Amino acid sequence: MIIHHPLLGPRDAAEFVYKGDVTLIDRPDWQAEDAAEAFHDYLYLRDNPAGEHRELWFHEQGDRSWLVVTRNTLTHEITKVELARDVARERGRSR
Amino acid sequence: MTQTNRIGGRLIDRSRSLSFTFNGRAMQGHPGDTLASALLANGQQLVGRSFKYHRPRGIFSAGSEEPNALVQLRRGAAQEPNTRATVAELFDGLEATSQNHRGPLEYDLLAATDLLAPFLGAGFYYKTFMWPKSFWEKLYEPAIRSSAGLGRLSMEPDPDRYDHGYLHCDLLVIGAGPAGLSAAVAGGRAGARVILADEDFRPGGRLNAETLEIDGAPGHDWARTALAELAAMDNVRVLSRTTVYGAYDHGIYGALERMTDHLPASGGKPRQVLWRIYAHRAVLCAGATERGIAFGNNDRPGVMLAGAVRAYVNRWGVAPGKRVAVFTNNDDGWRTATDLRAAGVDVAAVVDSRGDVTMSLDGARVETGGAIVDTAGRKGLNRITLQNGDRIEADCLAVSGGWNPNVHLTCHQRGRPTWRDDIAAFVPGGALPPGMTVAGAAGGALTLAAALREGRETANTALEDLGFTASREPAPKAEDEAAGITPFWHVAASRKRAWVDLQNDVTAKDVKQSHAEGFRSVEHLKRYTTLGMATDQGKTANVLGLAILAQAAGRSIPETGTTIFRPPYTPVPIGAFAGRARGRDFRPYRLTPSHKWATEQGATFVEVGMWLRAQWFARPGETGWRDSVDREVEMTRNSVGICDVTTLGKIDIKGRDAAEFLNRLYVNGFAKLSVGRVRYGLMLREDGIAYDDGTTARLGENHYVMTTTTANAVTVFRNMEFARQCLWPDLDVHLISTTDGWAQFAVAGPNSRNLLRKVVDAAHDISKDAFPFMACAEVTVCGGTPARLFRISFSGELAYEIAVPARYGDAMIRALMAAGEEFGAIPYGTEALGVMRIEKGHAAGNELNGQTSAHHLGMGRMISRKKDCIGNAASERAELSREDGLRLVGLRPVDHGAKLDAGAHFIERGDASPSMASDLGWMSSVAYSPSLGHSIGLGFVRRGDARMGDIIRAYDPVRGKDTEVEIVSAHFIDPEGERLRA
Repeated sequence: MIIHHPLLGPRDAAEFVYKGDVTLIDRPDWQAEDAAEAFHDYLYLRDNPAGEHRELWFHEQGDRSWLVVTRNTLTHEITKVELARDVARERGRSR
Repeated sequence: MTQTNRIGGRLIDRSRSLSFTFNGRAMQGHPGDTLASALLANGQQLVGRSFKYHRPRGIFSAGSEEPNALVQLRRGAAQEPNTRATVAELFDGLEATSQNHRGPLEYDLLAATDLLAPFLGAGFYYKTFMWPKSFWEKLYEPAIRSSAGLGRLSMEPDPDRYDHGYLHCDLLVIGAGPAGLSAAVAGGRAGARVILADEDFRPGGRLNAETLEIDGAPGHDWARTALAELAAMDNVRVLSRTTVYGAYDHGIYGALERMTDHLPASGGKPRQVLWRIYAHRAVLCAGATERGIAFGNNDRPGVMLAGAVRAYVNRWGVAPGKRVAVFTNNDDGWRTATDLRAAGVDVAAVVDSRGDVTMSLDGARVETGGAIVDTAGRKGLNRITLQNGDRIEADCLAVSGGWNPNVHLTCHQRGRPTWRDDIAAFVPGGALPPGMTVAGAAGGALTLAAALREGRETANTALEDLGFTASREPAPKAEDEAAGITPFWHVAASRKRAWVDLQNDVTAKDVKQSHAEGFRSVEHLKRYTTLGMATDQGKTANVLGLAILAQAAGRSIPETGTTIFRPPYTPVPIGAFAGRARGRDFRPYRLTPSHKWATEQGATFVEVGMWLRAQWFARPGETGWRDSVDREVEMTRNSVGICDVTTLGKIDIKGRDAAEFLNRLYVNGFAKLSVGRVRYGLMLREDGIAYDDGTTARLGENHYVMTTTTANAVTVFRNMEFARQCLWPDLDVHLISTTDGWAQFAVAGPNSRNLLRKVVDAAHDISKDAFPFMACAEVTVCGGTPARLFRISFSGELAYEIAVPARYGDAMIRALMAAGEEFGAIPYGTEALGVMRIEKGHAAGNELNGQTSAHHLGMGRMISRKKDCIGNAASERAELSREDGLRLVGLRPVDHGAKLDAGAHFIERGDASPSMASDLGWMSSVAYSPSLGHSIGLGFVRRGDARMGDIIRAYDPVRGKDTEVEIVSAHFIDPEGERLRA
């Protein structure tokens, strides 16, 4: 596979390490009432779609950017690649 | 033996002869021959025995689809079994032997298997070897194993080298027949970067095998001219002897180039290269493969594909027989007859299954609407029997059941072929790999003019897509030859076994039986009968098999469907996939800065986390590793020892929020760590399991240096980047891995300060008060060399770690050892390091094994409840934090002479029937403690912290041991920590 890195252009997938679903960005609030439940879901529950999937890849043999790759799990077509830091901010994460 | 069947040959060099042997018999061939063409030239029709029934078999095809002629090449370590004689290029001195027979090929002792054939039909394994059950291991399996397989491996390491390579292009053209050549020429002329790959050593495809003309000249001459034009273009790379075997995601193709298989020896070059080709567009011009017809005894040596017979006559100048008959259901088969006739070979008869054929061949017997029901000849064909009972003498029978487009690569992603009635074959269908288009016979354009036109037009469309301007030069001219076909699969009137898959000995009856027994899906048919398996993957058999299945089921072929093609298209040696990642190079390793010095000291090395580390340093007179390790521990505890700890992960952390960031990584607080101080920290995984530990030093207001364990250095850094970029993107913190940047040495023992005083420049006060336990500082050593000094201890002794830029590492270890000479300083390795950490009760990899929590490690109280950190929330889950859970303790054998073993489980003294329910925990680390004079252990015991002094059993049924042990503090040495604060 080839991943079009937003900063570095097309790179072979072998340079990357895969992590998983983009929802791993949404780490729950440890002080919330339902923190135990929320962490359980965060840790163990994932959707496994046959089709479009947003997922985290780490450019370990490259510039160390975490990326969010939108990939079709049936065809491996990649339709979007974003810097995970930007996605994290969009999803409300800051400090 | 002379080349009795050599009749000419336009693409071989008859001015030179090559000598080779087959089963030890000397034969001659010419440059340009394959082993198959040379064997046929020498009259060798019988070349092997079949897989299951040991039937005599000959050469069936002239290409990579060959199911029969599998031979063993070369000898010694380079011996290679199961090579297709039809693609093995002849060289001087080639040694080939036949396979799968006991005794001589001509008199195979296992040929008796054929007499048992009535009992060995499809599925006989599943039916026969079910009972009695006890026979399986003792009788059935050994017997099957000894008769299974074809060739034999040398059982020696492969002496050849293999390489991997990477290529990029605008246009990849797969196959260099008429379509591929015109596609590549179009691409080359348009200025695109083109790669043209062809599996043959002589590109040209069927042009080399046919007598068709292009622009009024022989097709093979046109091919040669086109190749010369391509060779002269800088933007075109022609890879002959290269098979594109797989189409992968995003325009990546796998290809195998056979670099030296055609030479007597590889001469130091890689034998084969596995290419990864990145192509913007690809044109598949893989051609088509002919298929046979099922009729009685259609497997005798001498029964061949009609197109192959033509190839041997035209390309190699070999008559596969003296009197050749043709059996066809299509116009193309007739060209074999005309080409044979033109070459002066006697045509015995042309049998065409079609009744409405008007073709004729002057003087030859023609049977329209005819069929062959049987053949005769013990080791080679000598007679055929027609359906009407007539018998015809013939020593070769050319069979054509039509041509199957080579759709394989179109199916490697989601493509599913579709059936075309007009050519009675499957063509590419469904979703092709993105960027791939198909031209020529591979797409069903089975005639020459169509192939030339499609190759050019398909390439031009792809080129224009990419922004190139297509060349306007006129297209080559050729005629479309006759290519009519009426499907005909199986001579039902034949009473003899009719073979469908020659490689797997599958007959038409097996296919029907499979259907009758309920294996009706084509995928079930394949698995039940093995149709289409092994080296040829049913290239000549699949469509025939499923046509017979369709007939049996009363369905059409498209309703029956096909099996899925997966990579590789033709076999790829495991060695090529491995490339250079073999033996010592399978996994690379790094050397520490003191490696050269350690080698000089006679160190024994061990691989740890992709590093080579000194394990111990044997001295003369020491009789085993224990002697060395015990001495290293004693000398360190009594005076001073030095250990290279460069391999520990080092991560430089800077930024205004660095302290806050560390606070969120470690369970314990880091916000209040002052500049010039070091703190131990424990990290959890987000699921609450203990993950890694180490020390972090604060070198400046916003500057920290973290250490990780050697094994987790890479993943800790990865997880920190994840936290920094994905969890808290607005914290001002920056990371860099400096593991390889600094050489770091532990200097441990009561004399460590005295030693370091001689190395650290005098300007830096490292006295007990000025530089206490857990202090750190940036200093200079040896007169101005920058260094970092940490007063930390893994051994439990007064100890330091000193780091210098890696380039000074070798000088530093020499300087430290020289300075330590007066104290009797010794180097110690990872074994002594391990003994001392067990004596001190420090957890390491055996304790942080992915099952244990901070509570289990006795560090539950370290978890700060005032802040968030990775794993904090999940670590409070009941099972991980229960009060009566596992606790890390020390274990001491009641009998001090007893040796403890890691992996033993703990049970109560009176436990008469140990079980999972009565299990108390396990021993995680053990060592012989030279300081205490007996074996010691660390382990996890249920409620262990509340059971100090209790005696339990270390129960080890695997090693047959059962040892009483006392639960003690894990701190065997200096529990108050006086030494390390000295």
